[in-house]
Amino acid sequence: MQKRSQFLMGAGCAVGTLALTRAANAAYPQIMQPFESGARPLVAFPQKRPLIVLTPRPPQLETPFAVFDEGVLTPNDAFFVRWHNADIPTTIDGAAHRVAVTGTERTLHLSIADLKTFEPVEVIAVNQCSGNSRGFFGPRVPGGQWTNGAMGNARWKGARLRDILAKAGLKAGTKQIQFDGLDRPALSTTPDFLKSLDVDVARDENVIVAYEMNGFPLPLLNGFPVRLVVPGWYSTYWVKMLSHIEALDHIDDNFWMKTAYRVPATPYNSVAPTDKGYRTVPISTMVVRSFLTNVRDGDVLASKMQEIRGIAFDKGTGIAKVEYSIDGGTTWSDASLGRDFGRFSFRPFRAEILPKPGTTMTLATRATAADGSIQIATPIWMPAGYQRNSIETYKVTIA
Amino acid sequence: MKRFALAAITITIAGSLLVSGAAKKPVAPGSVVKIALPGDLDFGFKNAPDVQIVQINCLTCHSSAYVSTQPRLSHDQWTAEVTKMQHAYGAPIAESDVPKIVAYLTANYGKANP
Repeated sequence: MQKRSQFLMGAGCAVGTLALTRAANAAYPQIMQPFESGARPLVAFPQKRPLIVLTPRPPQLETPFAVFDEGVLTPNDAFFVRWHNADIPTTIDGAAHRVAVTGTERTLHLSIADLKTFEPVEVIAVNQCSGNSRGFFGPRVPGGQWTNGAMGNARWKGARLRDILAKAGLKAGTKQIQFDGLDRPALSTTPDFLKSLDVDVARDENVIVAYEMNGFPLPLLNGFPVRLVVPGWYSTYWVKMLSHIEALDHIDDNFWMKTAYRVPATPYNSVAPTDKGYRTVPISTMVVRSFLTNVRDGDVLASKMQEIRGIAFDKGTGIAKVEYSIDGGTTWSDASLGRDFGRFSFRPFRAEILPKPGTTMTLATRATAADGSIQIATPIWMPAGYQRNSIETYKVTIA
Repeated sequence: MKRFALAAITITIAGSLLVSGAAKKPVAPGSVVKIALPGDLDFGFKNAPDVQIVQINCLTCHSSAYVSTQPRLSHDQWTAEVTKMQHAYGAPIAESDVPKIVAYLTANYGKANP
């Protein structure tokens, strides 16, 4: 309770807890997500515009979906936030920060200035929470109850991890590279958040230690001063406030690799709720998805020629095709793909529709990646609620 | 008033300036970034029998929204969540408190077992 009272006093209040939080909450606009227990306040956290608060502590903030209609790049102040453990540094001296590299031939302690001496590289890449859209799982599963806004697309700039590892010198027999950030659990008995990548993945030319996001330093809540960027891979690997890179001579068996963030080793990584005893593997690359950004389920559209538009992405093979349907997925037509910002980016698409007055229709989009993977109508299911990617539908009424 | 206080951020680069919301100009990394996080913004745990036990055991690590945003879970599901907090996340919950916490969660944020 000590910690909690400090917390509240830090917010400028020092009175009773229950009444206080009720009163504080009333000051914020509320939204209702389209499922049970869906009430959420909209609050501007530091360096952020008002975002959908899933949990205040540790902070988990969802991007309102309309933001994705503003442009292909998600603004830093609208970018989603997700932390696992509550002890997050709130003051960081970027000049004093060091990234330690250990377990290598040479031990390094790299400052941001040191990182900038490596060849700078830029990549536009989607950062998506493994559990994005978990709230739509049926049957529902426990966990962070996101809608579709636990994702964002940014231009990341930094040093290639492979260049850093080359400078440090990997020892023969290195199996994985482990990453740690400055965040710590509230209790020493809770596992520190650590993630690891196989050496081959870590040495991919697109994996960077990023010190810029959309041309600016990262917001603190997105990992200032540096975070790992692993294009094509779920966000769990994009370790924030990166402070330690360690070469391992074994496969990482820490909690966040061995127990958490695992998916069934089954077709589509999907199982039935009654299934037991299946093998699991660490979650890895993203499955293909697409969304409309200017139409919401339940919208009323005018009966005139109009544009529907959206975004699609996959694990980085690139988007080959996006189709749209005005009859709930019975028939499909090709949408026009917009500018290509690189194979790891959101790919914009658009189409024109002319709906008849006084009708209802179900719009849908279906993306196909360059590797041939395609969205299907049937949602996957797994107890952890990761990797949702089924075809999105939007029931609309025509005025 | 409170909202503005929560959104305040101080960035110091060879001096000091106050930025609210999105940074409008590039700020060189190497600066000190200091933020103030809000406390528990949600409604708090429902006031019901054993709420104090729930507050003491749960709020050390996370806000009440970790509970209140869940779909209504069954007694078995809440039991699984509480024991996960003990065994996977190392929460020092007394064994005698486990049934009380599960009963509170099921009564206030749950549903009957299927």
